[in-house]
Amino acid sequence: MANTKGGPVYTGLRKIPDRVLLLFAGLIYLFLYAPIMVLIFFSFNSTKNTQVWTGFSTQWYGELIRDTSVFNALKLSLTVGLTATAIATVIGTLTALALSRYDFRGKTFADSAIYAATVMPEIVVGVSLLVFFVAATIELGIVTIIIAHVAFCISFVTIVVRARLAGMDRSVEEAAQDLGATPVQTFLRVTLPLILPGVMAGALLAFTLSFDDFVITFFVAGVGSSTLPLQIYSMIKFGVSPVINALSTVVMISTMVLILGGSRFLSRGENA
Amino acid sequence: MGKGGRGWSLGLAGLLSPVTIWLGLFFLIPLLFILAYSFGKSGVYGGITLGFYPSNYLKVFNPLYLEIIVRTFVIALTNTFLCLVLGYPLAYFIAFKSGRHKNILILLVMIPFWTSLLLRAYAWVVILGGNGIANRTLQFLHITDHPLDLIFTPQAVIMGMVYSYLPFMILPLYAALEKFDSRLKEAAQDLGASRWQTFWRVTFPLSMPGVIAGSILVFIPSAGEFVIPNLLGGARIVMVGNLIQQQFLEARDWAFGSALAVMLAVLLVGAIMFYVRRVGSEKLEEV
Amino acid sequence: MSREKRISRGDFLRAMGAGAVAGSTLSVLACQPNTTAQSSGGGGGGPEEKVLNLYNWNEYVAKSTIPNFEKQTGIKVTQDFYSSNEELLAKLQAGGTGYDVIVPSDYMISIMIKSDILEPLDMSKIPNFKNVGDNYKGLPYDPHNEYSVPYQWGTTGILYNKKKLGKLGPTWEPMWDPDYKRKIGMLNDPRETPGAALYKLGYSVNTTDQEQLDEAEAELEKQKPLLRGYFDSTQNRPLVINGDLWLGHVFSGDAFLALSSNEDLDYLIPKPGATRWTDNMAIPKGAEHPDNAVKFINYILGAKAGAALSNYTYYNTPNEAALPMIDPALKKLPGYTLDPSVFERLQVIEDVGKATREYADLFTAVKSS
Repeated sequence: MANTKGGPVYTGLRKIPDRVLLLFAGLIYLFLYAPIMVLIFFSFNSTKNTQVWTGFSTQWYGELIRDTSVFNALKLSLTVGLTATAIATVIGTLTALALSRYDFRGKTFADSAIYAATVMPEIVVGVSLLVFFVAATIELGIVTIIIAHVAFCISFVTIVVRARLAGMDRSVEEAAQDLGATPVQTFLRVTLPLILPGVMAGALLAFTLSFDDFVITFFVAGVGSSTLPLQIYSMIKFGVSPVINALSTVVMISTMVLILGGSRFLSRGENA
Repeated sequence: MGKGGRGWSLGLAGLLSPVTIWLGLFFLIPLLFILAYSFGKSGVYGGITLGFYPSNYLKVFNPLYLEIIVRTFVIALTNTFLCLVLGYPLAYFIAFKSGRHKNILILLVMIPFWTSLLLRAYAWVVILGGNGIANRTLQFLHITDHPLDLIFTPQAVIMGMVYSYLPFMILPLYAALEKFDSRLKEAAQDLGASRWQTFWRVTFPLSMPGVIAGSILVFIPSAGEFVIPNLLGGARIVMVGNLIQQQFLEARDWAFGSALAVMLAVLLVGAIMFYVRRVGSEKLEEV
Repeated sequence: MSREKRISRGDFLRAMGAGAVAGSTLSVLACQPNTTAQSSGGGGGGPEEKVLNLYNWNEYVAKSTIPNFEKQTGIKVTQDFYSSNEELLAKLQAGGTGYDVIVPSDYMISIMIKSDILEPLDMSKIPNFKNVGDNYKGLPYDPHNEYSVPYQWGTTGILYNKKKLGKLGPTWEPMWDPDYKRKIGMLNDPRETPGAALYKLGYSVNTTDQEQLDEAEAELEKQKPLLRGYFDSTQNRPLVINGDLWLGHVFSGDAFLALSSNEDLDYLIPKPGATRWTDNMAIPKGAEHPDNAVKFINYILGAKAGAALSNYTYYNTPNEAALPMIDPALKKLPGYTLDPSVFERLQVIEDVGKATREYADLFTAVKSS
């Protein structure tokens, strides 16, 4: 099963250590999904309780269909998430390229700023951004949420893509240019495909961060811009309704269906 | 050696302009506000009057707060170590042993994190509760004969942190491992190295940038965590994230909260820069 | 060398392009109103747009509350949520505007009045205020109801497992009983939990006397090893129902919710003191639809809306006219309808100014020890 292009060779899972690895991986997935199974379970609870089982009912799914505010929140979270992820991924990737391939005065400052953006506690970022937006008379709304999300996601993308770029063999890029490719062509046809798993990993991370963000979003959201976390975390005081469990179940199942349905597109051959 | 270089160039400026504009405007300027607040004086009801009161920083050196900061670092380090130990094998498996299903498997890692952390924390309370699956299984297997206190303990907090931050380790590791040219592995094995030797001498060192990136992405945000200690620890594990949150909200002391945040940032960024320069930079950047 | 330059320009152009697109898109969007519920600007003269921006706790309106209001008045309501009084305050203080009605708790009202961020209420436009019982008017945080009217009220007491522990007398002692080790849950609240210690010692919940606070701290330190943890009220509820806790420090609504489906449980309001709290409706300064806001406030104080609200939230209504329409099953629950003698021992948590930080530090020290 060797190939001539390099890249990981898939030799099947016949050997014992591979089997152990497979078992371990399975256990980790179980760990990750155990709460999800409980969550789905309680979406069918017969009373407004997410921790005590009282009986089977599909009432929360009925309520989910009637409750437009929850769906609007989901739509908003998706809009914000996808937009912010797209922007942050582009900016983060460019930044990673700059930081990993160049040495320049002020690089220490740039590095520190990138790390500092991951350090700042959410309440601090949220309050200070709000003060900034008000001072700059930028109206609060969906745009301010996106701006804030991009701001805290860029660093994560940068750090992940840098890990991918580190120690990367530049000879293919150099060869392409020796053969007459323009810089844009080189980037699009050579560099980008090589770093794509890193870029995608960064994008996944950014989306995940954005989708469940509460504190920062709370402070910079405008009227009527309730994202899903703003709905959910604000239920702590008077009780989380299993409608949220129902919504999460629906989202999860839909995502799974999409992914497995698109699996042919996602699964690439060893020699892709 | 590479296409980068030393010193500024038009290309470099181009690459850096988006982040400079964005973070400059929407992170650094707000950060300046926080810096100003940290030297200001808090109003009784919140809000702040600017001035020069460095005493906010001296307040940090209170045994209560120092204890909280130390505890936070210990938890963050433990979390990072556990995430590495648990996340590396999974990243390795997905990168090398899953063939066509790589992309799906990575997505499957992330999908649980697209449901609210609050709901998943509540689910852990159910799983680890007195009557929950964990205890019932232990009793069923006769490992214990009565329900154990599994939830609302320091161990539950650590487990919750690992649960929360595992993707932050797995994704960078996967990104770094996946580019790995396995011909190097084959070469090592052709030369007589065992699988284990191949891993330790070849694979692991080459994945160091991923290890470093993952460690940073777990350690730093862990230090600012405030949700998990409350939801899974019964609020008995006070971390510096809880402290800063509380200073801005309940105590309405924006000045002190800001000072704490600035100190935390300086400490952490300083630590990271030190770590990266000493340990990682050659490996991070070398071509 | 020329190759270097070509790469640079390509990188540069790409980067500039990305930056320009992002920047211009955002600046265009940022300068436009970007939510549908925006009004056409400023208060003052002219009829208001038929819109109301409500900022409330989540799950704190009945399913019918907003739709009925919208039908009656034709005003479209947008509801956003906050999860704590402190977050609400911080957001308003940092400049977050756009809301017409907010629902802060008692002590927060007095803080907001002192910070001058509330609009005085035009009571002539709130005739339903007459429905509010005397017990709920003129409370210390807003003695003449100039800025707020009550929305829901409740007590903070102890939900416990009557089947397991037997019927307990109304005191705070059980929460300090070593026999119940690791089966007790207190609230994660820097006023309620230190308050419980203060009540137990017979002091005022608003004391600023350092000695009394030290005593309270000592009590809490004594209690800590017996606790499972400090939780939200909504977490204490399922833990008591499940048996993970035998006693939970809860808000009354959570207790009633638990009691209405569990006969094994009971709720007590301890002597010598316990909290009585009130959530209120108020109008923040700069609200763009103040007329719609008072209409909404008046609507909530109506008998039908008030009853629907309390029947959903399981909290008490301040609305005497609504009482006949409250679910009779609720009225029978222990602690729902209060004797005047019980009322006497209830205290209202008030703002204590600078001493707030004392309470916060005290509680952090106990939690952290």
